[in-house]
Amino acid sequence: MHILRLAGRRLAASIPTLILILVGVFLLLQLAPGDTVDAMMAQMGGGDARTAEDLRRFYGLDLSVTAQLGNYLWRLIRFDLGFSAIYGKPVAQVIAERLPATILLMTASLSFAFFFGIVFGVIAARGVNRWPDTLISTLGLIFYATPSFWFGLMAIVVFSIYLQWLPAGGLSDITQVKEGIWLVLDTARHLVLPTLTLGLIFLAIYLRIMRASMLEVLTLDFVRTARAKGLDETRVVVRHVLRNALLPMVTLIGLQAGTMLGGSVVVESVFSLPGLGRLAYESVVQRDLNTLLGIIFVSALLVIAVNFVVDLVYARLDPRIKTEG
Amino acid sequence: MAFVRAYFRSPPAVIGLFLLLCVIAMAVSAGWFFPRDPLALAGRPLVWPFANPRFPLGTDNSGRDIAAQIFYGARISLLIGGVATVIAVIIGIVIGAVSGYYGGWVDNVLMRITEAFQTLPNFLLLLVLVAVFGSNITTVIIAIGIVSWPAPARLTRAEFLSLRNREFVQAGRTLGLKDMKLIFGEILPNALPPVIVYASVVMAVSILLESALAFLRLSDPNVASWGNLIGLGRDVLRVQWYVSAIPGIAILVTVLAVSLVGQGLNDALNPRLKGR
Amino acid sequence: MTDASPAVLTLDALSVRLPAGADRPHAMKDVSLAISSNEILCVVGESGSGKSMTANAIMRLLPGGVEIDGGKVLFDGRDLTQLTEAEMRDVRGAGIAMIFQEPMTALNPLRTIGDQIGEMFAIHTKLKGAAITERVLSLLEEVRIPDPKLAARAYPHELSGGQRQRAMIAMALALDPKVLIADEPTTALDVTTQAQILALIRDLQARKGTAVLFITHDFGVVAEIADRVAVMQHGLVVEQGPAAQILDDPQHPYTKQLIAAVPPLKAPPPRPLSGETILAVEHVSKTFRTGGFLGRGVRVTHAVKDVTLSLPKGGTIGIVGESGSGKSTLARCIVRLIDPDTGVINLNGRDLAKLSREEMRRATRHIQMVFQDPFASLNPRRKAGELVAQGPIVHGMDRAEALAKAKELFSLVGLDPAATDRYPHEFSGGQRQRIGLARALALQPEVLVADEAVSALDVSVQAQVLRLLAELRQRLGLSIVFITHDLRVAAQVCDLVAVMKNGEVVEAGPIGKVFGDPQHPYTQALLASIPGREFGVKREAVSV
Repeated sequence: MHILRLAGRRLAASIPTLILILVGVFLLLQLAPGDTVDAMMAQMGGGDARTAEDLRRFYGLDLSVTAQLGNYLWRLIRFDLGFSAIYGKPVAQVIAERLPATILLMTASLSFAFFFGIVFGVIAARGVNRWPDTLISTLGLIFYATPSFWFGLMAIVVFSIYLQWLPAGGLSDITQVKEGIWLVLDTARHLVLPTLTLGLIFLAIYLRIMRASMLEVLTLDFVRTARAKGLDETRVVVRHVLRNALLPMVTLIGLQAGTMLGGSVVVESVFSLPGLGRLAYESVVQRDLNTLLGIIFVSALLVIAVNFVVDLVYARLDPRIKTEG
Repeated sequence: MAFVRAYFRSPPAVIGLFLLLCVIAMAVSAGWFFPRDPLALAGRPLVWPFANPRFPLGTDNSGRDIAAQIFYGARISLLIGGVATVIAVIIGIVIGAVSGYYGGWVDNVLMRITEAFQTLPNFLLLLVLVAVFGSNITTVIIAIGIVSWPAPARLTRAEFLSLRNREFVQAGRTLGLKDMKLIFGEILPNALPPVIVYASVVMAVSILLESALAFLRLSDPNVASWGNLIGLGRDVLRVQWYVSAIPGIAILVTVLAVSLVGQGLNDALNPRLKGR
Repeated sequence: MTDASPAVLTLDALSVRLPAGADRPHAMKDVSLAISSNEILCVVGESGSGKSMTANAIMRLLPGGVEIDGGKVLFDGRDLTQLTEAEMRDVRGAGIAMIFQEPMTALNPLRTIGDQIGEMFAIHTKLKGAAITERVLSLLEEVRIPDPKLAARAYPHELSGGQRQRAMIAMALALDPKVLIADEPTTALDVTTQAQILALIRDLQARKGTAVLFITHDFGVVAEIADRVAVMQHGLVVEQGPAAQILDDPQHPYTKQLIAAVPPLKAPPPRPLSGETILAVEHVSKTFRTGGFLGRGVRVTHAVKDVTLSLPKGGTIGIVGESGSGKSTLARCIVRLIDPDTGVINLNGRDLAKLSREEMRRATRHIQMVFQDPFASLNPRRKAGELVAQGPIVHGMDRAEALAKAKELFSLVGLDPAATDRYPHEFSGGQRQRIGLARALALQPEVLVADEAVSALDVSVQAQVLRLLAELRQRLGLSIVFITHDLRVAAQVCDLVAVMKNGEVVEAGPIGKVFGDPQHPYTQALLASIPGREFGVKREAVSV
């Protein structure tokens, strides 16, 4: 109960953050050359000034910036993100269609990076400064330095073009309709390369942090107590070190949720996945500012949601949280 | 001097420094080896590497010399990494120092803003900035600096929080030192080393961010950027994969070098934590 | 005394080698000790004497690069240095158990107390679930933890320091080990808690007949608990023997020096005090608010509650109390490092509490502070001379002149004036504290506030710094506010004393009167808790 209250308070504290982001980006977009109506007119293949003026009045774009901002925020409260001129649909609908692919990709990449980060981090810390550690640490550094889009392209060259093991893009095979378990397997097959591509840099970060965290915890007094009790090294690690070492890892997930979402822009473009990231890219290229603002809003919500879950998990892991605050 | 010796005792740090010097040498010598515009037509398109001695690394889809673009690209990457990092670190230090030193409502407001920047995916913000202000190279550099400051700010703040109640700072206050003297004369020199080390991370990320932007063709098309070339090579990926592969390796080596140097600095500054 | 009973644990010429590049080749060299069941052997020494390394060597839990390179550790008829790692694990916890200095960090913060004690049974016995729980509860009862059931379910941070150490002791004694190694187990505790823990160890040891190897730096504790004593210096045992003999008739010069450095609890005859008051603290209060968002869950701590004190010119007032008593907060209020909520701080007729920041900055020349931690109180990036010159420069002195003055101050506090060019890390703890003193004196203040200024130092160094302080007080006519948790130290330097508890002054007056005839129950308890009290009283005051 206490945990929920704590997390609830954190959630409430993120409302000003959200408003700050929305107001900031809204005002920023006012500086952009051209507005939604310009984009629409371009889409329609041009039109006269009268039509443009009518459209502006219709969308409330003739009002002052503050009034527009007020209108926008008021509509947001009712979950109305406005209308996308490019897609000819409400922005909310456009985003809803693209959201699942991104969430799927993020969940898969995060799980991959987190799990293998822990495994490799523990292995490296156990054999610190010996060859497994050197190998893992070196690989970690190289993964960290690899541009994800480039890794994606090279993976396509090797696995899709040369070996022909995995598909080069898309979320499912469009040449045939599949159902049930086959659909799941097909989607999974399509997600392998994007997951690796997006997860690679996070794997590098997680394994480095896990290794450092393990080494840090191993120097703490209670580890000496555990050894003085007669525990063998495996038990010392499993029963005393691991959980303590996981705490910074969990914090990191929350801190990096935004970075990962940003990374999906590039990865979804490389693998032509119909996700939120590619939508963001397309809206920038097509100057669909309404959609862009909507994406910003939803992304911020997503990051806040991830942090909410992280807070809950952290409070589960660390009993010290409950007595504070 | 002990610091320099400690640095050179670690082989990875030495390798990193060597690689970084190589990249810098490429950037410096670009105009000398390739006096012509790297983006000008040089020969037949899509010549494979080593096929024609005039183009040791081949040519791209529009017949431009890849080697020349790699050399000139080093300039752009280092320029972006360097300037964007300086921008991010300076903003970060000022905000983190003020926030950590004064605490209270100042801290509250500044940390809310930092949190807002961190909640907003930085690449999305970068897209917005580029969409609004255009994508010439100056804009891109400033934009990357602007999206990268929150992490150094948090780090500086954390250092200040732990240092501001340290006894030597209190001693300075009882001697009658002014706030600015305490911040910049007493606390900052002690808070700086971890921030400087972290600057290497900011630099690595800045280089990666620009290359990603260029890959999406949202960076300046009028400069020879490695990311641009990878994006270009994507059109001929099925057969002439080398057009994308070569600049990617250049990015990898540069970012690796920066990271290794950063880690070397860290180990040399904190000998106790060696091997972490 | 149990001289007749055979030794349970014998160290035979044990040597431990340090890695190359350390300040000396051996952490301990040819250390021979024997400890019998039902006795407490105190290993005493200053920091760096190798006393803690002795414990680690017996348990074979040495840090990386440090190894045993000679001698034997005989326990249960076996040489522990020859055992395999697996055999050694069976000895640890079951045959020889250990408790540590800092019970907060020595316990895993993420697991309950009961779980961590129960682990002893889980690894060394065949007991299961309910049987383990039962044993854990009876152990917690045995160490007299209030409400054992609750304590078993609690996490370490939910217990007080004393309770945590009790839990550690319960854990160590779970399997009735033949030997208990206690490494400074009461150093991190307040004096009243320390007295309770010492009594508990004494009591359990007598009941169970355990052999206890007790490592400490505090001769008071030695006097309180030891049957036999071994004194270590630079990795060597310089003297050992029965407690009474070592304490009353030490032979080795180092032992003599150590014992002489322990301040006796009896105050020297009172000095005549001036009738003029230089510093008057009147009704000062400070509350802290922590936590809470949007006004919810705010916790209010009354750190200082309505404190009134007055310091005569040239006198020294001691403020004593345990951790959390508010003595440090009061010190910081006096120099305005913390702004008091209410009250008057009257220095030479001027109320410091009313000054603006800028006015206070100028007023700092009249009142200066010396800090506790000789490592944290000097900016590591400034040269020692600069540190001392900084104050005068801020207050308008020419830089060259200030640096010259720093050299003078260096010789005043007994440091080599040529050392002003060195950085703080090149000095020892005692020397650093002298630099801190020189820095405070550079402004020629009338009042010096010393916050635990000698607490982090080894006894022999502590005695030197105290002597210096007394000398300077005489020469410069300084008035001093001396904050300390150590009543022995207070007895030696203070003319007046104020005893603080929970933010309030419970008793104040001339030190001889307060310590000789305490009126408040808390003062009485505090004085009664001092380990080795008689040891302190019966010795005559050394000239501090």
